Order: sequence, then structure tokens, then C-alpha cells
Amino acid sequence: MSLRIETDLTRFRQIVRGRIRRELQQFMSRGELFGRHGGTLVSIPLPQIELPRLEFDPRQATGVGQGEGEPGTPLGAGQAEGGGGAGHAPGHHVPEVEVPLEELAEVLGEELELPRIRPRQRANIESVTARYTGVSRSGLESLRHFKRTYRAALRRQIISGSYDPVRPRIVPIRDDRRYRTWRSSRQPETSAAIIYMMDVSGSMGDEQKELVRITSFWIDTWLRAHYRGIESRYIIHDAEAHEVDREAFFRTRENGGTVISSAYRLCSQLMARHFPADAWNVYLFHFSDGDNWSQGDTEECIQALRRDLLPGGNLFCYGQVESPYGTGQFLADLRGAFPSDEKVVTSQIEGKDAIPATLRDFLGRGR
Amino acid sequence: MGLPPELARMQERIRAHAGECGLDFFEVIFELLDADGMNQVAAFGGYPTRYPHWRFGMEFDHLSKSDTYGLHRIYEMVINNDPCYAYLLDTNGPAEQKMVMAHVYAHCDFFKNNLFFAHTNRKMMDQMANHATRVRRIIERQGLEDTERFIDACLSIEDRIDPFALFTERSEPRPAGGEQAARAVRKMKSKDYMESYINPPEFLERQRTLIEEESRRPRGFPESPERDLMRFLHDNAPLEDWQRDVLGIIRGEAATLAPQRQTKIMNEGWATYWHSRIMTERALAPSELIDYADHHSGTLSSPPGQLNPYRIGVDLYRDIEDRWNRGRFGPDWERCDDRAARDSWDRHLGLGGEKIFEVRRLHNDVTFIDTFLTEDFCRRHRLFTFAYDERTGDYAIQSRDFDDVKKALLFQLTNFGKPFVFVTDANRHDRGELVLTHRHEGVDLRMDWARAVLRNVQLLWRRPAHLETILGGKPTILSFDGTGFSESNVAAAAEVPGRAS
Repeated sequence: MSLRIETDLTRFRQIVRGRIRRELQQFMSRGELFGRHGGTLVSIPLPQIELPRLEFDPRQATGVGQGEGEPGTPLGAGQAEGGGGAGHAPGHHVPEVEVPLEELAEVLGEELELPRIRPRQRANIESVTARYTGVSRSGLESLRHFKRTYRAALRRQIISGSYDPVRPRIVPIRDDRRYRTWRSSRQPETSAAIIYMMDVSGSMGDEQKELVRITSFWIDTWLRAHYRGIESRYIIHDAEAHEVDREAFFRTRENGGTVISSAYRLCSQLMARHFPADAWNVYLFHFSDGDNWSQGDTEECIQALRRDLLPGGNLFCYGQVESPYGTGQFLADLRGAFPSDEKVVTSQIEGKDAIPATLRDFLGRGR
Repeated sequence: MGLPPELARMQERIRAHAGECGLDFFEVIFELLDADGMNQVAAFGGYPTRYPHWRFGMEFDHLSKSDTYGLHRIYEMVINNDPCYAYLLDTNGPAEQKMVMAHVYAHCDFFKNNLFFAHTNRKMMDQMANHATRVRRIIERQGLEDTERFIDACLSIEDRIDPFALFTERSEPRPAGGEQAARAVRKMKSKDYMESYINPPEFLERQRTLIEEESRRPRGFPESPERDLMRFLHDNAPLEDWQRDVLGIIRGEAATLAPQRQTKIMNEGWATYWHSRIMTERALAPSELIDYADHHSGTLSSPPGQLNPYRIGVDLYRDIEDRWNRGRFGPDWERCDDRAARDSWDRHLGLGGEKIFEVRRLHNDVTFIDTFLTEDFCRRHRLFTFAYDERTGDYAIQSRDFDDVKKALLFQLTNFGKPFVFVTDANRHDRGELVLTHRHEGVDLRMDWARAVLRNVQLLWRRPAHLETILGGKPTILSFDGTGFSESNVAAAAEVPGRAS
């Protein structure tokens, strides 16, 4: 069904994406994009543009509420929003809705306008799988959906008044028949692996790790939507590197210094042993605060990248998180060494708000 | 498209129940919509067509996403029109449809009888469609981008209207001789021999000099502070024809929708009161009890710390009904401070039913709360005020004191909870610059938005625009001359216009 409002909706979406009317961007709120919300649910704030009005300073205004609590009891962030139109709404309320995980990749792709990934091996192309996804009014008799057909017939008879509750006889006519329909989806038969590397030296605090955790969650979500049976490996490093499981990856905290080349060496061993380049799409992600032990070691890292990591991988992404201790020199060094290699992506993650931009950097190349 | 027979029969029954309850409504035409259709109508503010604008798309986006993810669903929409149009969601069960219908008939009774709706255009649905056509034509000539930019500018002062404009505006202009006549000294009628007592010459002389002084006083423009910035710009700004047309359309729509915003609590409370009575006393089938209870409690739920207009409205009507049934009003009741006597107070007057009909006719939210919110009610329903706590960066409960609650509630209902800003001078420094003055009532303006609004006002007025306000205790003038902002502190307090009627 086409709706009249469709044009307004398209216009709004274009404004949100900054294609037109860029001056409105200043009134747009996205709030905390892609925060994680317990279990498998993640909150997706809705973009919102509020036209400016003459209003009271929300921090000075008072409101009226109803419920328990002594004076001084905090109300919690979103709750100061008044109900309906009568309540006065001090503060900014970003509506959030909860989305099942399966829909996330789609939403992410849409929001960030990510291109589909083109897997490297064209040799073993794709397999086509069919799934029954819907019901239609026409189809093969063998695929007739008995329950839906019955329901359609029942509904028609009730509406037209020919249903007799005492002698309920439901006779489907042509229009009532419903058939299963399927959709075939093409899945690349290629195999893919993600290798995450993270600096766990003393200078990486909980806040930094949280950024890495959220970013890697979204990378997982996106890549899993493109490959079946993706393998993830985790490497942590301070002065030396270890392969660990996912849990330990985010939990471990060391106090040592930082020798980044140790991680790259371990990574290249891992690739050579398990993920040969001719059979695997390998994605490499490295997160650090950018404070390497010595300039000499940075040289070694660049060597390792040139020699092993880049030829064997689809993409190497380096995400640098802001930390109070790091100098952030490594990012500049990488950018200097690979100014235009399209397999190397570097990005700075300054805070939660910067995550979408980083994801766009990392995944926007469609590799 | 008519309703299916089952729903049409249901409508007949509910209509009869509503009539027997004493509700007096326009004819109601129900339409059945699917979720998309419902969200579209809701995004358009209840109307089937509006002029093209992205904010309707945004509204639709939010509504359909919250619907898809089960956050919020719209079951019913009704618009103030004669005949009244109302929309039902096709996935509602029978108990919900009945309840919605009862709710709609009460809304319609409210539209028809409440004083504040008396001058609304009852053919607004057609009007909105005409507006849409006009704006579409303008877009064809002026281009989407320019028109949209102009609409955005108008929308940012959309709330700068006189909410009672519908009452004060008449098609005929003010009588021209009025001002002249006021200049002559008025004498009281008297017999000759009484003349010097009734109209003493020195009094007449004094009046004459006052009037002369008054007429010599330099006249500003506007003569008195003007609250309706929309009207002022529409009548006086150097706009092109299409711009004046768009500004007029937006102001007209805002003025027509103003009564809804002024009576939100009363209107929803009234509809809720009647759907609950019609359902529980008449229309509910035993098998539908659970569905009804579920839905009804959903309507009335207020998450901790929120004020639900449906709930406070219906509770107040019930409280009024109870008080007037038992005679808990008037001087005797007010004077009585004996707890036991108050608790058992019952004069068996039975005036409650009559009273609530009177209340729905004469009040708006402000006078409703001002007149009927009592200390007992406030305590029983656990009302409180909250405020922003700088220290925690969070909103926290501030007070449960009755006076505080009432004051805060009235404050947020007065002028739609927006600051009072007047046009005080349209010819500042004799250079045609526009001055807006904020009447400060203890709360500062949100300055980043005030700047953006001032920019839009300048765009419409085409000469520098100024905003006088008080910021952190200091009188401040914010100016925008078309290229940049400047801010200056003024030594003398800005002349703040008196309370508007």
C-alpha cells in the first residue's frame, strides 16, 4: 500500500542523512547511538529533529509528577518526560525502542549506509537456500496453507454474515486460499574469520575497553550477516601477546608496557596455520590507545603488516581509543606508512558517540 | 468506506448508551484503518491530508517504529469536525472497539459543548485539505527547498499566538471612530442645578489635560505589547504574497488546534470517565472483562514520576462528582477543620452528575486545575514537583507541598507551558528594528534555541531583531542583524509588559 505520507518520510530520511538541508543537522538528536541493553536486545534511538522554539531552560524548570518517593528521590533519566501533551517536558527525551538482534545488521547497514561485502574468493561462489517466509494468495496447491485458508474463509463468512455458530460450516472459495511463499537467499560459500587484537596494557582502562566491546559487537553483527559460520579469534597483548577466548579478551587487564609487534607476530602465525589466504576472508581489527613501546617496534609492526598481515587479510582496521595516558602516536605512524592502501583503515574512537563514525570507516569499504 | 456490519451494530448500541448518559455530540463517522493508515493519520495530527512537510514524515517514522517494536500503539483518533471523524484500528478486539467508541463519543460531546471550542472551525478537515493544496501550488512555483525553509521558520514561532485569538478576532475591523470618541471628556448626565456638583469644572479640566497629554505622548508601534507574534508579522512584515499565505496558513492551523492543547487534561479525562462508565455499567460483555480491564489500566498507567493527563483528568472528575454529591464544597466545608466531621461529611445533595457537565462546559485545563485541585486530592494521588538537580545531573522529587504542586502545575499549563514573549517595539531607534520582550517569571530562556528563533524572526522581519530577557539575574538584550549575533547587558531593567488577559 502506498501512503500519502511516503514523500514526507523520504524527505525526513534524506535530511537525517545530511543529504539535503544540512543546516537542520544542528537540531538533530540521536542520543546514545547503539548502546547495548542486556541480553540480546540493543536499543536503537530514533533520529529526531526538533525545530527551535522559545522555551524555558530545562534545567531551571520544574514539573509535576505522580507516584511514590520522598523529596530528593531521583526520577531517573527518561522519566522526567511528561505524559502526553499535558506534562511539561524539561530536558530532552530521546525515544528508544528495543530491536531483536536479527534485525540489527539490517538497521546498522541502513543507518550507516554500509555497502554489502564482496567476498574475495569468486571461485566457490554462492549457494542458494530457500526459506518459507510468507503467505500469498496464489501458489501451488501442494503448498496450500490450510490454517490461513481456513481463517480467511472464516473471516469472510463472519463479515458477510453467512457464518452460523450453531452449524459452523466453513467453505473456502477461490479468494480465501492462501499459499506458502518462499524467498531464496544467496549465501557466499566462503569462509571468514575475524581476528581481534587488543592492547591490555595498564593504560587501557575500563572505559576504553567498553568502547572496544561495543565496536566489536557491531562488527560481529555486520560480518555475521554476510558470512555463514564466521570464526572469531582474540589476541591480547601488553609486552607479549596471547590468544584468549572472548571472555578473557574483555576481562583481562595487565600492567605491563606495550609492544604491539608481539600481537602482529602472533596474528601472522595464526593466519599461516589456520586461515590461509586462498581459502579465507580474514578481517583484522586492532584496538589500542596508540602508545607503543618504542619507535623501533613501530617499524617492526609496519614490516609485519606489509609482509604477512595485509597480503593474507581482506582488511586491517586499527581503532585508537582515547586514553588519558596514551600519546596516540601509533595512529599517526600508521597513517604515515600507509597513506593510500585501501586495505588499511584507521579510525579514532573518542567516545560512544564516535562509534557509528568508526563503524562507517571500518565497514564502509565493502571488502 | 463504511464499517463492517458487526462494528456498525456495535456503534449503534454505543451511540444509544452515550445518548442515554446525557452526552450531546455531533454525528460520528468511524473509519477502520490498518496500522500504517492509523499512523499516517496520527502523524498528520488526526487529519487525512496535510501540506507536505518532513516533520509529518518524522512523526510517522517514530509512530511506526514504536508500533513495530511494541512500544506504543495508537488505538483511536478523533477530530473536532462536524460531522466528527474517528478512526478505529482494524486489529482491535471487540472489547477495545467498544471502549474506543465510547471514548470517542465523549470526546465529541466535549468538542461540541466546551466553551473553548465554541469558535473553532467545524469544517477544519476541509480547511486542512485546502491548505495542503495551496501549499503544494506554492511549492510548484517557489520550489520545495525555499518553501520548506520558510515553513520551518514559521513553525519555530508557531506557538507565538494568542490562544484566545478565536474569540477576539472578528471579520469586521474595529470601529474607526472609537479612538476619536474617547478623546472627548465624558460628562455624567445631570439636571442644570446639579451640574457643578456632578461634573465639577476642576475635574473636567483635569480630565481634559490628561487626555491631551495622552494624545501628545509619542505613540510606539505596536501601541501596546503584542503577544501574537505570528499575527503581527503576518500583518506587518514585508513578505511576499506566497510567504504571507504560508504564514497565515500555519498561524490559522495553530490557532484552531490551540483549544485541544488548552483542554488536554479535561478532554481526555472526560472521555476516560465516560468510556469507563459506559463500559462497566452498560456495554461490557462478561467475556470481555479481562480485555477491557487490561486496556483501561494501560490507558491510565503512569510510570513513576510522570503525569498522565488521562488519569489526573478522570480522577479529578470523579473527585468533583463525589464532592458535589456529598456537598463537600462551599463556605461551611471550607471552614470546617474538624477531621472527624470532614471524614463523615455527607449532605446527600446528589449534585455531582450535574456539576461535572457544567465543569466540562465552562473550564479549560488552567481554570480546571485552579478551581478543583484540592489539598486532599493532591495528597491522595501522591502528586509532587520535580526539578533538575545540578549536582547529580538528574531530575529529582522536590516537594509534596500542595501550594508548590498547584503552582508548578498551573505554571506548566499557562501559555502551553511556554514563556511569555511580546512584540514591544517594531521601530527601535527609529530604524524599523524589531524588539521582542520576554516577561521573566523566574525561569530563564533556553538560549541556544532563543538564538535560532531570533534568526528566524529576523528572516521574516528582514530588519535586525532583538530579544530582551533576563539571564542569570541580569537584563540582557540579544540581537541578530542578519549576519551575526551580539549580546549586551542593559543597566536599566527592560520594561516588562503587564499581565496579558
